[in-house]
Amino acid sequence: MATRQTQSLARLMRAPAILLLLVWMVVPLAMTLYYSFLDYNLLNPGQTSWAGWFNYKFFYTDPAFFAAIGNTLLLVLGVLAITVIGGVAIALLIDRPIFGQGLVRILIISPFFVMPPVAALIWKNMIMHPSYGVFADVARFFGAQPVDWFAQYPLMSIILIVAWQWLPFATLILLTALQSLDREQIEAAEMDGAGAVNRFIHLVAPHMARAVTVVILIQTIFLLGVYAEILVTTNGGPGYASTNLTYLIYRAARLNFDIGGAAAGGIIAVVLANIVAIFLMRAVGKNLD
Amino acid sequence: MGGITLKQVRKSFGDIDVIPGVDLEIKDGEFVVFVGPSGCGKSTLLRVIAGLEDVTSGQITIDGQDMTDAAPAKRGLAMVFQSYALYPHMTVRKNIAFPLKMARMDPAEQDRRVNHAANILNLTDYLDRRPGQLSGGQRQRVAIGRAIVREPSAFLFDEPLSNLDAALRVNMRVEISELHKKLATTMIYVTHDQVEAMTMADKIVVLRAGKVEQVGGPLELYHKPANRFVAGFIGSPNMNFLEGEVAARMGAHAIGVRPEHFSMSTSQGLLSGVVGVAEHLGSDTFLHVDLDNGPHIIARAAGEMPVNHGDRIWLTPQEGRVYRFDAKGLAL
Ligand SMILES: Nc1ncnc2c1ncn2[C@@H]1O[C@H](COP(=O)(O)OP(=O)(O)O)[C@@H](O)[C@H]1O
Ligand SMILES: [Mg+2]
Repeated sequence: MATRQTQSLARLMRAPAILLLLVWMVVPLAMTLYYSFLDYNLLNPGQTSWAGWFNYKFFYTDPAFFAAIGNTLLLVLGVLAITVIGGVAIALLIDRPIFGQGLVRILIISPFFVMPPVAALIWKNMIMHPSYGVFADVARFFGAQPVDWFAQYPLMSIILIVAWQWLPFATLILLTALQSLDREQIEAAEMDGAGAVNRFIHLVAPHMARAVTVVILIQTIFLLGVYAEILVTTNGGPGYASTNLTYLIYRAARLNFDIGGAAAGGIIAVVLANIVAIFLMRAVGKNLD
Repeated sequence: MGGITLKQVRKSFGDIDVIPGVDLEIKDGEFVVFVGPSGCGKSTLLRVIAGLEDVTSGQITIDGQDMTDAAPAKRGLAMVFQSYALYPHMTVRKNIAFPLKMARMDPAEQDRRVNHAANILNLTDYLDRRPGQLSGGQRQRVAIGRAIVREPSAFLFDEPLSNLDAALRVNMRVEISELHKKLATTMIYVTHDQVEAMTMADKIVVLRAGKVEQVGGPLELYHKPANRFVAGFIGSPNMNFLEGEVAARMGAHAIGVRPEHFSMSTSQGLLSGVVGVAEHLGSDTFLHVDLDNGPHIIARAAGEMPVNHGDRIWLTPQEGRVYRFDAKGLAL
């Protein structure tokens, strides 16, 4: 791609895909923007009228709004922390030759293949249920009072479920990164007198920085939109304790049939997601050069 | 201080005996080269000495101390890897200082040693660069610098020049030899290139399939190869081997003659053949000759020789320069 000629050719070849992406993005965005300024309720579609900034004001003054933003950030950060730290730990463990390596790896990756609502239901009914969940059994075995997870720690429970789903993804990417680390570098460090901890700090961690960045960026995009897990477990409750922004928009649109309000919420979510994205790119994007 | 002794060192991977049992004595300050064809176990033997591989059985002593089971860092050896194995996200300075930092050395002393090494290796201008911004030869020097600063009792090199181009290889060869003269530290150097072995070594260890075929100084191996394998391996171009009637007349199963030990004539001689390729280098002339009902051999004449493709030529091995081997390949 060095010469000017190949560059303009490359631009030409890229154009259709970029154009398609642009249309794909711009049309829904424009429509959402348009709806967000309408007083448009599905219960009363004939009465649609111009609403100005009302939908935005309504969203902004809703006490649930700031709770939802806080929950969204907590959810994203919590899951990221668990998956990155857990992913590095598991990757380090399964990188070394162990008995039944193939099977272990498949088992570790399998949660990724379980669909989110299914995973959430399993956690809700078989693991975290206060009377017949596994955790409750364990608590009773030790003579403790079983915890009603979704009532007492709703957001933490959802973070746990989502983290369980994303851990395989993080592990897989980080394991690949780990395996691309030059064996001779590790051996050289060993001869240089670096113990396991120093080898991790000075060699493994810097080597994996790039992969961690990829994991954080990709996961953030998906985690901002977590929704199914909330729907099938807590329904956003109790109160707004486990409502994130996506779920708040869902409530506006599907429970209140308020298209205008939901569209305004959607636009706010897009703006917030972009702010997060800019922060992220600033903070970790330099690892991707 | 860096005498190294191997006693019946054996190494196997699973059922495969890569090194069936090696006895070796390396004196302090010696430059020892392990040479042999690819896959013969040179790297494995070096890694066993370094402690990167455990011995299957046998004993390794360094400076008179039993180090058979010691961790690599405890053996006081420094290794230069074939891939250099520099730490890519550290600057050259940090790379070189890494072993010192791991040893928690006083920072001022670290700086002094790094600067000293950089001085010896002409790296002073590159200390703040990363390995990715250096040429192959410079990376090689950084790897050596990282080894020097530790002031090890011996250096281990695993084919350190094989990633360099031919011209640079000759330069680095000389630099490493000079470094050895300057530091007078034991060096063990692994290569498959017999030219490197001949030019650098005080003592050459010829390996084949994990076995030591012969140990000796470069010229000792050249003049008195113990067997046909060593004879064929040492010297460039390779020794020519003749079997059958010619050899039988000299009372041997096979005879060997080095390319430089033929007298050539265009009219008479012991062996006759047709020139296939004639390589005129000015300083030497290499003739690839197809002997009449015999093998293809290479002969070297010093200086220029007006012979070309298709010419007939007569070759006579020089007096006292014929190596004789029995049916097992041992020298007679
Ligand atoms: N970790 C290992 N596991 C199994 N076999 C090995 C291992 N390392 C080396 N070998 C085998 O040992 C032999 C010698 O290898 P090596 O010492 O690298 O040869 P050289 O350095 O002389 O080219 C080769 O046949 C190689 O396949
Ligand atoms: Mg090797």
